[in-house]
Amino acid sequence: MTTAALKEKRRQGRWNALLLAPSGLWYLMLLILPLIVILVYSVGERAPTGGYQAGFTFDNYLNIGARWTAFKNTLLLAPTGTLICLLAGYPLAYFLAVKANPRTRLFLLILVVVPFWTSFLIRTYAWMFILGGRGLPHLLELIGIEGVRFINTPFAVLVGIVYAYLPLMVFPIFVSLEKLDKRLLEASDDLGASPFATFRQITLPLSAPGMITGCMLVFILLMGEYLIPQMLGGGKVFFIGNALVDLFLQSLNWPFGSACAMALVFIMMVTVGLYLKATRATGGRDVSLM
Amino acid sequence: MLRAYSAFIYLFLYAPIALIVVFSFNSGNNASDFQGFGIDWYFKAANNSLMLAALENSIIVAATSSVLATVMGTMAAIALQNVRGPLRVVFDGLTYIAIMVPGIVIGIATLIALVTTFDAANTVLASIWPGEAPPKLSLGYGSIIAAHTLFAMALVIIIVRARIAGMDRSLIEASADLYADPMATFRQVTLPQLMPGIVAGFLLSFTFSFDDFVIAFFVAGSKNTLPIYVFSSIRRGVTPEINAIGTAVMLFSLTALITAQVLLRRGSKQGR
Repeated sequence: MTTAALKEKRRQGRWNALLLAPSGLWYLMLLILPLIVILVYSVGERAPTGGYQAGFTFDNYLNIGARWTAFKNTLLLAPTGTLICLLAGYPLAYFLAVKANPRTRLFLLILVVVPFWTSFLIRTYAWMFILGGRGLPHLLELIGIEGVRFINTPFAVLVGIVYAYLPLMVFPIFVSLEKLDKRLLEASDDLGASPFATFRQITLPLSAPGMITGCMLVFILLMGEYLIPQMLGGGKVFFIGNALVDLFLQSLNWPFGSACAMALVFIMMVTVGLYLKATRATGGRDVSLM
Repeated sequence: MLRAYSAFIYLFLYAPIALIVVFSFNSGNNASDFQGFGIDWYFKAANNSLMLAALENSIIVAATSSVLATVMGTMAAIALQNVRGPLRVVFDGLTYIAIMVPGIVIGIATLIALVTTFDAANTVLASIWPGEAPPKLSLGYGSIIAAHTLFAMALVIIIVRARIAGMDRSLIEASADLYADPMATFRQVTLPQLMPGIVAGFLLSFTFSFDDFVIAFFVAGSKNTLPIYVFSSIRRGVTPEINAIGTAVMLFSLTALITAQVLLRRGSKQGR
């Protein structure tokens, strides 16, 4: 390598360091440091008046069983919600990317995304309204079906989940379907494949990156969900997030709360890690969020 | 059939919103009984000083954190395309973690880290401060902005990097071959190509921050943001005022979305 090239390379290196410095600092101060603090707290003890007291014990982790219901609800409803979003969202993304009139396509896509732009709280609150005693159950009573209750059930929480996160699933699938080279579909058709075979062998695999991104986004957000179970599950269907709020803000048991938070992060990392590994193993390149 | 299904999904997406909008024009006091048309609740909301203060806080926080996140995230994304080795691995890993760790954990971790740091810093400040009343570090704008910027920045990095990956590299080479210096190439070739990604990143960051409840709930201290205000109002009891505020917020978001679209279009035309 010539000296000029070497010099250029060094200059480039300095540039890169400069460009990465602010974000690097942010990651250090607001991600690494807080996570270390929470890790340290998770092996500490609860101070008599609440809060944290130095110590080294694994009791907090061993005690997680005390909040088993929260973990069970989350691990059951988060994957279920993600799956329903995928099943409900895929046909719409397919319709928008492949079947919709190109002139109205952008408008229709914006219509899907707009609800996502409106307040999450207000949207969830709308379902409190609809599923609550004076909403749907009241209407059902009028036609003679009595004693139906929606609010504060897992069903209400799932409705809230699908309603809130469907746009997030549709968008990445739409993007990957739109990028799909339509000539491939024609080629498949010309070669005598049935529409279903074309869909299964071309469209579906090629839209896998979008589906994976969508599922990851929805699943990640659901694992830490607080508002939907809080508002639509009442005190009955609560997630880990609700347990954490209780532990940190009500019972002031910071060490136990930290242990639960670490457990949540751990479960997520493992799930997502396995997921990425599986998608890489099946030959999917560039399917990650990056 | 696909068409009918899609229509049904649109109904599912919009019926609840329509309901909120309709009931915001309810003149009665009861949130779930429509008693007549009126815009009283909008006036009520517009004169609600608590709500207005929360709205102002939300706008300040969202604007600051989304600008910070867009600038820092774009810088990082541009640098990362040339970086290999452990630094790249570490950065990618951190970006993944920032996105994957649930907001609620970020909120809690930031809260206890800041409270611990502030306690220590305030003790030091108090001991070295010459005057009577030493300044006290506390939760507020700074902590919400900092925590929101973290997530939003990771989002921007991912979006802009995806844009870079899909960029036509031959244009950059052509620009260099035509003796444009690196800065000119960046300004005239790279940046216009990245712009849609950058704008999208900014908009997502702003929306995320404006709408975030759970992180702000932990690190806001005595500051109220609009979602925190709305959440506590719903807890106190539902009034049609919430519907009015919700409708106004939706209208605001819609305006922002349309403005962004118009700007994007205009920007891409000028680029040519």
